[in-house]
Order: sequence, then structure tokens, then C-alpha cells
Amino acid sequence: MQFPTSCSPFTPSNNTVQRMMLYVIAALIPAIGTLFWFFGFSILIQLFLASCTAILAESLCLYARKRSVLPSLLDGSALLTAFLIAMAIPSIAPWWVVVTGTLFSILIAKHAYGGLGYNPFNPAMVGYVFLLISFPLQMTIWQSPLLFLDLNSALTVIFLEPTSIDGLSSATTLDYTKTQLHLGQSINSIQQHAIFGFIADKNKEFINLAYLIGGLFLLKQKIIHWAIPTAVILGIMLPASITYSMDSSIYPSPLFHLASGATLCAAFFIATDPVTASSGTKGHLIYGFLIGSLIYCIRTWGGYPDAVAFAVLLANLTAPTIDYYLKGKKTIAPLAKEYTRNNGSNLEVGALASPDPVRD
Amino acid sequence: MLFLCLVFALLGLLLGFAHKKLKIKNDPLVEQINNLLPQTQCGQCNYIGCRPYAEAIAKNEADINQCPPNGEAGIIALANLLGKEAKPLNPEFGEQKAPAVAFIIEQDCIGCVKCIPPCPVDAILGAAKQMHTVIASECTGCELCISPCPVDCIIMRPIEKTANHWQWTQDV
Amino acid sequence: MFNFFWRKKKSTFTGGIILDGHKQVTKINTPQLPKELIYPLFLTSDRYTKACVKVGDYVKKGQVIAIADSLLSTPIHAASSGIISSIEKRLIAHPSGLADDCIILQTDGLDSALEAEPCLDYRQQSRDFLRKKIHQAGIVGLGGAAFPTAKKLSGSPAIHTLIINAAECEPYISCDESLAIASAKEIIQGSLIIQHILQASLCIIAIEDSKPDAYLALLFAAKETDIKIQKVPSIYPTGGEKQLIQVLSGEQIPPQKLVFEYGYICQNIATSFAVYQAVLLGIPLTERVITVTGAGIKQAQNIQAKIGTPIKDLVQFCQGYTEHAQQLIMGGPMMGIALASDEIAVIKASNCLLIEPIKASAIQPCIRCGDCAKVCPSELLPQQLYWYSRSQQWDNCTDYNLADCIECGCCDVVCPSKIPLVQSFRIAKSEISQQQKQAEQAALAKKRFENQQQRKLRIEQEKAVLLEKRKATIEKMKAAAAQRKLN
Repeated sequence: MQFPTSCSPFTPSNNTVQRMMLYVIAALIPAIGTLFWFFGFSILIQLFLASCTAILAESLCLYARKRSVLPSLLDGSALLTAFLIAMAIPSIAPWWVVVTGTLFSILIAKHAYGGLGYNPFNPAMVGYVFLLISFPLQMTIWQSPLLFLDLNSALTVIFLEPTSIDGLSSATTLDYTKTQLHLGQSINSIQQHAIFGFIADKNKEFINLAYLIGGLFLLKQKIIHWAIPTAVILGIMLPASITYSMDSSIYPSPLFHLASGATLCAAFFIATDPVTASSGTKGHLIYGFLIGSLIYCIRTWGGYPDAVAFAVLLANLTAPTIDYYLKGKKTIAPLAKEYTRNNGSNLEVGALASPDPVRD
Repeated sequence: MLFLCLVFALLGLLLGFAHKKLKIKNDPLVEQINNLLPQTQCGQCNYIGCRPYAEAIAKNEADINQCPPNGEAGIIALANLLGKEAKPLNPEFGEQKAPAVAFIIEQDCIGCVKCIPPCPVDAILGAAKQMHTVIASECTGCELCISPCPVDCIIMRPIEKTANHWQWTQDV
Repeated sequence: MFNFFWRKKKSTFTGGIILDGHKQVTKINTPQLPKELIYPLFLTSDRYTKACVKVGDYVKKGQVIAIADSLLSTPIHAASSGIISSIEKRLIAHPSGLADDCIILQTDGLDSALEAEPCLDYRQQSRDFLRKKIHQAGIVGLGGAAFPTAKKLSGSPAIHTLIINAAECEPYISCDESLAIASAKEIIQGSLIIQHILQASLCIIAIEDSKPDAYLALLFAAKETDIKIQKVPSIYPTGGEKQLIQVLSGEQIPPQKLVFEYGYICQNIATSFAVYQAVLLGIPLTERVITVTGAGIKQAQNIQAKIGTPIKDLVQFCQGYTEHAQQLIMGGPMMGIALASDEIAVIKASNCLLIEPIKASAIQPCIRCGDCAKVCPSELLPQQLYWYSRSQQWDNCTDYNLADCIECGCCDVVCPSKIPLVQSFRIAKSEISQQQKQAEQAALAKKRFENQQQRKLRIEQEKAVLLEKRKATIEKMKAAAAQRKLN
């Protein structure tokens, strides 16, 4: 009987790119639930719009690049990008915002660079920054945490763009804190405002908690490595604690930084994208810490209220350099002249040696 | 002013010292070119061996695409070394062939010793009126011994594919 | 006392993966005599043997049919009596799928053996004699690499620790385990002989903690000896030489170094058994235990097979193939080699025949997840090496210690993108060694050419000097003649 030949190993693994992506999407469910709880149907419509756009754009790109469409589409990476964009932008942004953002992510940030695995920048963050720069108005009107939109009104808000609805929008705590600090207010008086919950925004603190739960699930499933989230959180907490202990009237507490904005989403879901991060535990720690401290710096001294996207993109830029320097320590040794090709289970490597004189 | 002069003098000395100490030891160009040639010594390039060809390249008398055994990859390596444009092998000088070694059909050999002087690497053993033989491990496959043989008893045998020099490839 | 090198602390190696065992330990069954036994003259890498029988010769069981020309190759013995029917090219058990010269033995069914020369007390014999005996018995490492045992036991610096490797970390394979259960006493005897030859102060038998029966059998058999039986964690590849040493002693053998330079030697447990048979009973290596298993075989079992038996005979003994028989693997699923046909005969290195369905999956781009680096037991960067080998940057491959890759396949198994990493490393290794060979050959040719040029130059110069001399003499004579004329 004849058999085909191939190269070992012959053990199929159950780990696939698809499995990893689906786990990450599954880990987003608590956050989606929380978003729904606070915002209503608007978030679901954003998710739906982003997903449809991403899948269409991905298929189109794969087709145009003459790649097999179905397997690459099924890997779930486009869907994940769409989810992250939809959850990052304001839930009441008009429909064309999320559509152009997703299109930009998939077409430019992903496929123009060669598709999955070759993109130097996190596609979702590129899309987000593109939107933030192009449509600053739409990207800074956030849905009020006190308003639950039913399906009808969500559709109206997103597709018909009514000029104003009472109580539809409100500032975020990061934004509000920033402007009020400029006006010379102290943190204590700022935090009396109605948008504040226990630590930060009434909604964001729970959403961040949901991201944390999802992140812990990913850690447990070993989809992500502990080093990046830890380093991101440390990167924010460390400077925040130092400045907070120096002057707590003008610097918000480290916990506020953690619970506001998209901090924990960045730590567990965005910074951990393996394609654009540096590699190795040391690399992860440096990369994560860089993101964390950049977030803090831009929030505190920069022009934008939140800074996750910029921080991540800047860190993406440095990832190859970090890798280069960490891997620079290679041991240069001559190739062992003889090596056995091991075919069996118990590797009797190294038995081949230059014949030494027999000692006895 | 004096201080500046002193500093500059010191710096100058440092530079000079560094130049001497850290000078990259460069092989002469001919040697570098020769190391990229296949050392078959076949003379297909119209020079009597690889080294003379290397000298000719170094003097810009010969082009880099005159060596058939070296193939595309060899031409590219030479082009990189010399900062020239790589070009295809000049067919005037022959084509790249599969590696082979010379073999003397011993019952036909008349022991004329005519094949011995042309061999550039002394890989043929034999004496007058004695049967000759090729040391296969030392033969470069230059084919220079083929034409002098009056009875055409030397043939080129392609190197056999056996398990001991088999290699992993993409399509296993 | 001699636990000096022994650290009590349980340590492990970096990387590795936990695999499903799929091990079916059965008692060792003996199949009927095959009609034909096939012995390839090619051993492994560059090692060949030379046939010392002619077509038509009658040979007995245990008779040498091919001799070794050095310690690096080993003689082959007939596993049964019969007539040498031909010496011809047959497919051999090698990843190349090439045919090579084989001695074909037509068995006569009598199975008559040469008289064995037992050795009653090995301690009375010189160590050289014992080594020679092991070499003459044709013993090689039976774990799969098939390195000549006598060579391994010779020419080493002082060895302090002998490790008998019974880890058997690859899934499916259970031949060592069943051998340990069936012949623990003999294994202990064999290990003592090896320890005696090496004069090692410590002998450890390492066995995975997933094999309690074999562990107990060995423990019981080793009761009155100094041999230590040590459980090791069932993490693939604990059976790797350097990995096993790290687990047992905590010492990490650096890259590019060989374990015996650090005073360790590893031997497979089946090799121990073969040494026992060769030295104490005088029986050469002609049989071994082989696991025949997988979803493609009807009745998985361990078989006491004669080396040289065609695989199809063993399959037949296991009630034949099932409908899942799509690939035939010699060795385990992680490091085995796929064979093209079941006409191929088993060799000394065959520890397992695995018949499995093919589960192919499409290759996707690398997402740099870094899992490959986490599981690499040699602490390499497979992802980096993959890029270098794909872009043919061989120097970079060497710099990143490609030579240290043991081709265990962990990186392949965890890769979510299904990239054939081991395959690309093997190609790169082949290419690098090929280039080295070519460079050596070119250097040789260059030297010989230069020598010839110098010789020609010298002859030329000598000729010129001679000519000069002759001219001078003629001048002299002419001058003398002119002088005489004048006079």
C-alpha cells in the first residue's frame, strides 16, 4: 500500500487564529452588555454597522488581492476590528462615521500593508484616530449615561441626525475634568458634578469593570499574556500615583485614571494585539509600560481628553525597535559541524562528537 | 586658544590612533572575488582558472557573467560585492549544468596519460600504459579531461541522488 | 554520597507542551516469521555498511551479513536463517523516500541460530572487550536516532552520570514501557553493564510519571542495586537529552555543547536491554519491540519484531488497516518520518509505526503571537528563525542558534496559523550544511589548483635554471675552444 509523505509533526493542534479571535470577541460580551445597559440600542446598531462594513470590505480586499476569501474572512480578525471601533466611538455618532472608520481600518490600515499579520499599526486604532482627526465634532459628543435609547430613537439618532434631543449628550469625566482644571477648579469640586459616579463616569466605571472581567477571562484562557495588561496599568498608575501624592487637588487619583476613558479596554484588548505588539515578556513589559505612561502623559498634559489610540499607535511604532534591541543579544557560535537528524522519540542528540582518545 | 589647540591635537591623535587600531582588515579585492567563484577551474570563462578570472574581473577586463558553474546566485553575489548591476549569464561561455564528476571507463582506457596534465586539481591517477582513474571526491567536474582522450573513454556522471546527501525541500 | 550532582529540587526545562498520551500498553506479542527480511546497507546520515555475503549464501540467525568499517557504523546480523536471494535497490525507511541497496534474505522457516557465546561475569572482562562486544552485536541507540552505542560509550571525558532514558515522551509509543514491564530485571542488568563500562558513579533511570506500572517494575528490579529510578513530569519533550538532564539535575547544558562534555550520557532503555542480551547472553541485536498503533490499524499492539521485517507483515499481524489508514509514520507523531510504502522494512531505529488519517489545515499568515517561543524547549525564537529561513538569510539562522533546534515540533503544534516551522528549519539546516560542504569542496579545489600552479612554476623555473646552466657550460666550452685555437 502506498502513502503520501509529509514532514513531521503529524499532530494536529486545536489552536487556530479563528479560535483566538473568537475568544477575544467572546470576552467583549460583558462590555457590550454593560454598554447596552447604559446606552440602549445605539451600541447594537453601531456594532451591526461596523460588522457589515468590515466583512464587506474584507471580502472585497481579499478578492481584489486574489486571496481565498472564505478562510481569511472566517479568521474573525475583521470582525474583531469592527467590534473594537464600534465600541470605541461615541454610540450616538452618525452612521457614516462608523462606516468610514471601519472602511479606513480594513482598507488602509490592514490590507494596504498586506493583510492580517503584516499590519504595523493596530487597524482599529488607526480607524479611530482617522475619525477623531477628520470628524472632531461627531467624535466628541458622547451619549449621556442617563439616557437609554430604544430601538426607534437609536435608529433616528444614528441615521437621521436630528439637530438636538434633550439630554442626549453629555461630557465625559476626562473631558470635563480637563476643561475645569483649566478654569482653575480643584479636583474635589469637579467631582461633585452629576456625571461622576463612584470613581469616574457613572457608566465608564462599570464598562471598564466589564472590560476587566473579559480581560481576566482571556488571561485564564491564555489567549493574551499577563505582561502587556499589567505593564499598561502600571504605566498609568505609577505616574498617576506620584503626581496624585504630590498634589491631589490638581491631579486626579490613579483609580480615576483606571476607571475612566478606555483604559482597561486598551490594556486587555487593544495593546494585546500580538501582530502590532513587541514580543517576549521583556518586550511586552516595555511596550505595555510605554502605552500606559503615554496615555497618562497625553491625558494630563496633551490636547486630547483621552489618549488610548494615540498611545497605542506611538507604541506600535516603537515595537520593532524594542524587538530589535531585545533580540540583539544573540550568541554567535559556530554551527556545530555535525548534528544528528533525530527521527525518534528519545532524542539521542549530541552523541556525535569528535573522536576523543579513549580514556582507559 | 592654547587649550583649544591642545584639544584639537589630542583629538587628531585619537582619530589617527583609532584609524590604525580599528582598521577593517580587508582581503585584497582579487581574493574576495576568488572566494565567490566556484573553484571548478574549468576555464569556461576563457581564463585558465578561477584566480586568473578573478584578477581579470578586479582589473575590469572581464565581465561578471562569464562563469557558467557559478550560476545566477554567483553572479548576484559578485554584483553585490562589486556594486555592479547583476545580469544574466552570458551564453557565449556555456550553460549551467547539474553537478557531475568525470569517470573513466576503465576497460577502454589505453593508458596514454594525455588526460593527466589538463586536470587543474590533479584528480586523475595513472601512469603510461596503466589504467587511469578519477578521484571522484576531488574532481570539480570541469570537463577539461574529456577532449584530450583519444579513445573517448571519459564520461561525465551526474552526482547520484542517494539518501546520505539528500536534503529536505519544500515539497516533501 | 555520590548524590553530589543530584539536586533534590524538582526542576523542569523551559517550554514544552502537554500532549494526549494515546498509549495502549499491551503485552509484547511475537508474529510469525516473515518470508523475506530486508536489510538496507545505509544506516543514518553518512554511515554505510558493507555486505559480506553473496547472493545464494546460506546464513544462520545471528550471522553477520554486513560489516562495519568503523566505530561509526555497526554490523548487521541476519534475524533468521535462510538464503540471501538478492542484493538490490529497495525503498528504505528514510524521509527521502529513495531506494538504496538492500540485502534480501529469504527465510527458510527453520530459524536455526548460530551458537551464542554467553559471558558469565562481565566484571571479569576488560571494558574495551565489553565495548567491542557491544559493537559486534550491532547495537545502536534504539530511541530513534540509531547512533552506535559502542561509539557513545567510548572516547568520552569522565562520565559521572549515566541516564537511562525511559521517558518515552512522544504520544502513541509504548514499546519502552511494555519492555520495562516485561523485562525490568534484564534492563537493570544492562544498565549496570553500561555503568561499569563508563565507570559512572551514578545511574538514573528516568521514567515519566504517567507510567506507574513500569515505574514499579523497575523499582522492584533495581531493589538491590544503586540504580535510581526517577519519575519525571510528563511534558513533551522530557525525553530530549538536554531537557532530561535539566529535569534530573537542574543543570542546563548550553547551546552548541554536547552533553557528554558535561559528564552525562543518555541511553535508551531498549538499548540497555540489547546490551544485556549482547554481553551476558551473546545474542546480537536482531529483534526489537515496536509499537504498531493509530486509528488506521485494527488492533494496536506492541510487537517483538525481527529487524528487517516488511511493515506490511506487521500490519497483517495487527489484523490490517482500517478505513482511516491515510499515512504511515515511523516513529512518533511529533518527530517521526512519513514513509511512502508499507513494503519498506523496519530498521533498528523503528520504535513505532503509526497509521493515522491525515488532518491537513491551511496555512495562515503569522500573527506574531509568540506561542512558539514560549514552548520551545531549546529557548529559540522560532518565529524569527522562520523569517530568516524563509528569506534564506542563513547567516542569521546560524546566529540565532538554528543548529540547536531538536525538531521536536512543539512550535508547529501550538502555532495558530499552522505554519510548518519544523519543515522550514529542516530545509534551512540542510541548506546550511550543503553550503558548508560546497565551501569545503571549493577550498580543496582551490588549494589543489594553487599547488599545481606552483608546481608548474617551479618546474618552469628549474627548467630555466637548467637551460641557463647548459648555456653557461656551452659558453665556457666555446670560450675554451677559442682559447685553444688561439694557442
